[in-house]
Amino acid sequence: MEKDTNSTHNEFEKAEHKQEMQHQVISFVMMIIFTIAAFALVVSDISKYFTIPIILLLAVVQVVFQLYYFMHMKNKGHEMPALMIYGGLAVAFMTILTFTTIIWW
Amino acid sequence: MSNEDILNPKQMPHEPEKATLEGKNKFVGFWFFLGGETVLFASLFGTYLALNDSTAGGPGTEELFGLELVFVMTMLLLTSSLTSVYAMYHMKNNNFSKMMVWLGVTVALGLCFLGFEIYEFYHYIHEYEFTFRSSALGSAFYTLVGFHGGHVLFGLLWIMTLMGRNAKRGLNLYNAPKFYIASLYWHFIDVVWVFIFTVVYLMGKVG
Repeated sequence: MEKDTNSTHNEFEKAEHKQEMQHQVISFVMMIIFTIAAFALVVSDISKYFTIPIILLLAVVQVVFQLYYFMHMKNKGHEMPALMIYGGLAVAFMTILTFTTIIWW
Repeated sequence: MSNEDILNPKQMPHEPEKATLEGKNKFVGFWFFLGGETVLFASLFGTYLALNDSTAGGPGTEELFGLELVFVMTMLLLTSSLTSVYAMYHMKNNNFSKMMVWLGVTVALGLCFLGFEIYEFYHYIHEYEFTFRSSALGSAFYTLVGFHGGHVLFGLLWIMTLMGRNAKRGLNLYNAPKFYIASLYWHFIDVVWVFIFTVVYLMGKVG
């Protein structure tokens, strides 16, 4: 009896893992598309005031996929990782702002 | 139940990487480390952005960079990120041999990436005499990209060591968190690379 429940449980888990894997493959395809789009934009030689914001946006979206799907931040129990990464990003933003403005001005 | 039985259950629990207290601690500690790494790389990116026009009469970014090579490197690293996801998928299904195969593919792709990066640096130094000392751009570029390359090398050694050490042991609750965390590190390397290829290479090419 115990063995039976275990195997149904196992089936359920496997199906769940499989679904997560499908989401990850989809996000991989999206990441490839974003990468190709960014390279294509740069090669096509459009105005840099258009290209730079767009490729930065593509990078951010791609990283969100990486963090939430590949690194599982969308799953339960990831409050601490979110705190750490967003805390890190906040300091990172300030650092880049400081370094670039010190030299430019 | 002996300690050995607890660590080697017939069936893996739902999240083997967080099933033990040690695993949970590793998980939180590692994300703490990644937050710190984010700041570390931000300081290198900030330096690069501030100094990327300071060529001291040497070659600038537009002249140096070739997008073909960077595109191949990006695809290699992105694919290696997916293969390590496959490895973790098999870990969760308690399939040790398939996990090892996918980790092996990840390592192979990472080695190709590293080979291309070494070729790239070699090319800059010999064709353009663009070195760490030639300009502020040179210092900032080699520090940022080289630091990332160092992370790739460290990640490869880490994964290979784990594979070697656990080759005969199989998967258990003691080493599952180790594999999981090594794969998180590998994904983070890819996250940093996304910003490197965008900020350094693509923006350097746009001018």
